Amino acid sequence: MSAKTLYDKLWDSHVVRQEADGTALIYIDRQLVHEVTSPQAFEGLKLARRQPWRTVSMLAVPDHNVPTANRAAGIADPISRLQVETLDANCAEFGITEFKMGDIRQGVVHVMGPEQGATLPGMTVVCGDSHTSTHGAFAALAHGIGTSEVEHVMATQCLVAKKSKAMLVRVEGALGKGVTAKDMALAVIGRIGTAGGTGYAMEFAGSTVRGLSMEGRMTLCNMAIEAGARAGMVAVDDITIEYLKGRPYAPQANLWEAAVTYWRTLRSDEGAQFDTVLELDAGAIRPQVTWGTSPEMVVSIDGRVPDPVNAPDAVKRGDWERALQYMGLQANTPINQINIDKVFIGSCTNGRIEDMRAAAAVAKGRKVAASVKLAMVVPGSGLVKAQAEREGLDRIFIEAGFEWRDPGCSMCLAMNDDRLAPGERCASTSNRNFEGRQGQGGRTHLVSPEMAAAAAIAGHFVDVGTL
Amino acid sequence: MQKFTLLNGLVAPLDRANVDTDAIIPKQFLKSIQRAGFGPNAFDEWRYLDHGEPGMDNSKRPLNPDFVLNQLRYQGAQILLTRENFGCGSSREHAPWALEDYGFRVIIAPSFADIFFNNCFKNGMLPIRLDSAIVDELFKAVEANEGYKLTVDLERQVIAMPDGREIAFEVDAFRKHCLLNGFDDIGLTLQHVDDIKSFEEKHRAAQPWLYA
Ligand code: SF4
Repeated sequence: MSAKTLYDKLWDSHVVRQEADGTALIYIDRQLVHEVTSPQAFEGLKLARRQPWRTVSMLAVPDHNVPTANRAAGIADPISRLQVETLDANCAEFGITEFKMGDIRQGVVHVMGPEQGATLPGMTVVCGDSHTSTHGAFAALAHGIGTSEVEHVMATQCLVAKKSKAMLVRVEGALGKGVTAKDMALAVIGRIGTAGGTGYAMEFAGSTVRGLSMEGRMTLCNMAIEAGARAGMVAVDDITIEYLKGRPYAPQANLWEAAVTYWRTLRSDEGAQFDTVLELDAGAIRPQVTWGTSPEMVVSIDGRVPDPVNAPDAVKRGDWERALQYMGLQANTPINQINIDKVFIGSCTNGRIEDMRAAAAVAKGRKVAASVKLAMVVPGSGLVKAQAEREGLDRIFIEAGFEWRDPGCSMCLAMNDDRLAPGERCASTSNRNFEGRQGQGGRTHLVSPEMAAAAAIAGHFVDVGTL
Repeated sequence: MQKFTLLNGLVAPLDRANVDTDAIIPKQFLKSIQRAGFGPNAFDEWRYLDHGEPGMDNSKRPLNPDFVLNQLRYQGAQILLTRENFGCGSSREHAPWALEDYGFRVIIAPSFADIFFNNCFKNGMLPIRLDSAIVDELFKAVEANEGYKLTVDLERQVIAMPDGREIAFEVDAFRKHCLLNGFDDIGLTLQHVDDIKSFEEKHRAAQPWLYA
């Protein structure tokens, strides 16, 4: 048998049937559900008088609309509240497990799933959310789907799909001081562009990736979609297995050993062929900061805002000019001279315990600059929050002048009350710097948690390695 | 699902790359639990001068005169011509819902983001990938000729230009079949219930922990 990639193995083990043109039905092991992209799918099921195929494969959580402060008061915005209540009602009606707003397990769907062990190696995982790629960190085939597909998976346990091409991103070497998985992800996107991974499933490999914790690998896979790849993935190793051991939804007792034996086969074979291979030297990656309105508009902290006259073509020049105007930036400004108004640490990219620790290590014994209006830390889940509090991280943040909030998507996309005012500039650990993403007219710069904390302290971007 | 067979429609140009789904339908409108009614808020932040919220009377809001789709000559357009990586970002199907509700049935671009591309087909819309050079030519033609229309023939997989020239395009056989007939995927998949059940049995035997 010829050598297979990890993606081949995951794909092959889930094909239910295949049509002549390559269109396949693939079986889905896990569907995660949140309040924003599910109501119309449930509605569709009900209209067609269909039942979910396998309710135990689903796990639901409200995250996008939930408030991150004064939660006892409930959701003030009636439209947001209705959406969360609709999720509650649908889950109750169909018997789907849901971690509601008051549950300590509630959090951003992509933080909650792995934390519960609900994402396992070898699974296919879908969710009506593009950052489902996150779960690929566990050697799962995980990708975001639209609401019609959410309904399709509910009704049939399958997805209509076509196999993607395979890309290998190999990163070798040691990361420099203050350089993280987030910087690796942004460096990849800077290199290949936001469409560079379109049509590919992207596997991250190499000694640098093997050296990352599961949190770091999730950050990397989370951002695969920002490079255009629907799925990101990392092979199974001891770190994967260690992370999963004892998690509530992980296999127990007698099944654990059998599962681990199988999981260990989930890596690309020696000599497996990829359609594209990208090699990166970890040592050459510096802390990254985006300057524009697309994650590919990124430079290192030592860099400057680029000048549109140097854009590679006319379309790009137009994009750069528009981005500079929106961002209120002058070409050639050194990145470390850009002042910020707000800081957001959280999201499914960087809202895990390791991110909290990294940011707290920078904040410890320091103070948020007086010029910064708001610096908020939003843990990715109730369990992350509780763990951070056990470690005293909340006190470090609060003493430094950060706000310590309740878990949810929060200012990653500003569907709740946490948002930027027009013109405000934010250092954010989230994944998208699109126009208006964090509030209409808001200006987002994507960075790692360390870099966000450092920016909060300095009032402008600064190389955390020199702080 | 509505069928798509043949369309002769007015073309509107949106000359930007990387148009993301946040721009196509801003997040505040995602709070709706309905599937319809997103059209008036398509491209909301570019289209209006004020800030839009759900429940507003959009007909009373000030339009941004600089936004291309607000120009008189493009009213009633059914074909959207745009640039690379259209529909990137969030997986929200509200984006194709909004474009469809606005009146677009065809989107032409050099490339699309995967999830968006997929979502279009689920809603009776046809996204067409064409060479950048051809897209460039179409942009010039649209801008130079008021009332510029194209005819999109899905059966024959060609776009006919006003001068009679034809541009061929690719589309997956399965997706084409569904669009031409207006088939909904769930109904089709449920014809294979036996296959799914026998797969499930095999899968359970191989990875019993997934069913524990
Ligand atoms: S944290 Fe942001 S990117 Fe992640 S699921 Fe929530 S809104 Fe989406």
